[in-house]
Amino acid sequence: MINWMKYRWLYLLISGTVLIAGIFSMVKWGFKFGIDFTGGIVAEYKIKSGETKIFRYSPAESSEAEKTRSQFRSQGAIEIRFENVGPSIGPELIKKTVIALTVSASLILLWVAYQFKSIKFGISATLATLHDSLVLLGMFSLFGHFFGAEVDFLFVTAMLTILSFSVHDTIVVYDRIRESQKKFSGNIYELANKALSETMVRSLNNSFTIMFMLIALILMGGETVKWFSVALLVGTISGTYSSPFVAVPILVTWDEIQKKFKKN
Amino acid sequence: MPTIFKKLVFILTIAIGALYISLPQSFTLFGKTFRRYDLGFSIGNFQVARKFDLKLGLDLAGGSHLVFDADVSKLSDDKKSSALMGVRDVIEKRVNLFGVSEPSVQTANFDGKNRIIVELPGIKDTKEAINLIGKTAQLTFYEETMLPAKEKDATPSTTLTPTDLTGADLQNAQVVFDSNNGKPSISLTFTKEGGNKFAKITERNIGKPLPIILDNTIISSPVVQETITGGSAQITGSFTIDEAKKTVIQLNAGALPVPITLVEERTVGATLGGESIQKSITAGTVGILMVSLFMFLSYGSLGLVADIGLIIFGLITLALYKLIPVTLTLPGIAGFMLSVGMAVDSNILIFERFKEEKAKRNITDALEVSFGRAWDSIRDANVATLVTAFILANPLDWSFLHTSGPVRGFAITLALGIAISLFTGLFVSRNLLRLFIRERKKI
Repeated sequence: MINWMKYRWLYLLISGTVLIAGIFSMVKWGFKFGIDFTGGIVAEYKIKSGETKIFRYSPAESSEAEKTRSQFRSQGAIEIRFENVGPSIGPELIKKTVIALTVSASLILLWVAYQFKSIKFGISATLATLHDSLVLLGMFSLFGHFFGAEVDFLFVTAMLTILSFSVHDTIVVYDRIRESQKKFSGNIYELANKALSETMVRSLNNSFTIMFMLIALILMGGETVKWFSVALLVGTISGTYSSPFVAVPILVTWDEIQKKFKKN
Repeated sequence: MPTIFKKLVFILTIAIGALYISLPQSFTLFGKTFRRYDLGFSIGNFQVARKFDLKLGLDLAGGSHLVFDADVSKLSDDKKSSALMGVRDVIEKRVNLFGVSEPSVQTANFDGKNRIIVELPGIKDTKEAINLIGKTAQLTFYEETMLPAKEKDATPSTTLTPTDLTGADLQNAQVVFDSNNGKPSISLTFTKEGGNKFAKITERNIGKPLPIILDNTIISSPVVQETITGGSAQITGSFTIDEAKKTVIQLNAGALPVPITLVEERTVGATLGGESIQKSITAGTVGILMVSLFMFLSYGSLGLVADIGLIIFGLITLALYKLIPVTLTLPGIAGFMLSVGMAVDSNILIFERFKEEKAKRNITDALEVSFGRAWDSIRDANVATLVTAFILANPLDWSFLHTSGPVRGFAITLALGIAISLFTGLFVSRNLLRLFIRERKKI
């Protein structure tokens, strides 16, 4: 059996590197917010020659946008899309997202704590999902800076989905620890090693199937869902990684610290 | 008949039923064209009619998503909600009169802001629709009254004062063409009460102008020739025919109780929608093929059983989209794709478990034990995902969460996918595997 827990420093190093890179980018470059957050207009037309033209306007330039719109219309161009988001929508979106994140994270924490009869399990699982959300945010700050990925409505959806996926994966590992706890009376360090060995193939295989679907969407699904799929992909990878290498190590370390205190 | 066969017959029935509903309305196979009939029969007075068509959202079918802000700041708290209902009803009437098929008008409330969400599928001229919906359309008849002259020699000035005759007194408005000059004009028919008011107003204003004001603009100011008792009037302004038509729609639908302003518009052309569908189908097919192949390569014949389960999963999902019906949007398709990836997870969990248990006991027991043991983690894990999907879909319309838009579409398909995957992953694959092992043992 592989002694997974022996390499905790390595997992900390990997997570640390990714998180620090992300946080650095968030502080230095921030995000490239889409019009869902900033307000404004994006219009796309297909003119007769088959060429498509994209226009972006700030919220103040709406009359200009309408002028171009009528102009293109009278020239027989096809309107591919026209999105006009008022400046009041963005703050609402952020507020709603924060509420949704808080509510679902707390419910999941309670559910895990209840099912595994320990707040330790609940909090470690939630910390792992927090890790994934931060990784996703950091990555999108980097993608935004280097490839122009926008943070929009769909990104928010992706983040919430990853929250659930990450916990999904963590629960499967926890479940093995719980099952072994009933049968063997080893300490949590050994039980965790056993559980990780038993679930590793399953975790990887499951991520592969999800990644296949997402890669197909990224490559062939069209521009609208491309970055959304990328966000889900980043989240899937991080979520798969965080269950054995973030949630379980936190759980084990917590348990060790607790025992040390009890001894003293 | 052993129970396992009964269960297999049950699975087969569901699969065939789902396949039938999933089929497109007509399709060509081996050079022959088939037609899928919709459900429609009646038993006595009880009628059953169901169309098995996929409902597409605006981003796939093309159309406009409009959000208006209703300004109720001037109203007292108890009048706000009825005013909003009024706004919704008036907009609904206007949109229906405009001739949009299957529009949706909803109200939403967040942080003290009152929103009206209007969805117009397949609309071509959004700008015109926005003008039509957004106008308050408050029609009032005014009369001129003399102001008492302040100084003796000053010319007497007049001021406009509103009469009690408004758009609310209208029974009907329609576009007519003026018999003298052929110009489009608007003919108004008043209610009985309105007719009486009109008669009184015309009586006391003979020889004087009677300005008709629509949303702070004088659209016509005819001079009254005689008392009009017939209860009808004609506005001969300088309308274009389009303006006349729009005004008539607004007058017939009634005025908005409070002013509204557009805060969000998302219009997707039908071309982009069609392209998105095409691309999603390609991506979905490729993805599912890759997942199937992967399952086969990893688990051999067990993987094939999972693949059959996956096909049944796909059929049931599509059938339920049509039956419920779920309005399919682009994020919704992504939710479906993600649930496909997750659907095989229960199979993977069980198969991995099966590998372990096979070493310890005979193959039939190992199968049953694997299903039993894997169930705990499948249940706990899926509940967590369902919790998130529930928050995102917000079925109870809690105003502090998202009440519409792409997030909801995504969450609904994801939740549905998880529920169905529990059925196919546990019930369907389990019984197929039982049969599979039974047959293998015979050989």
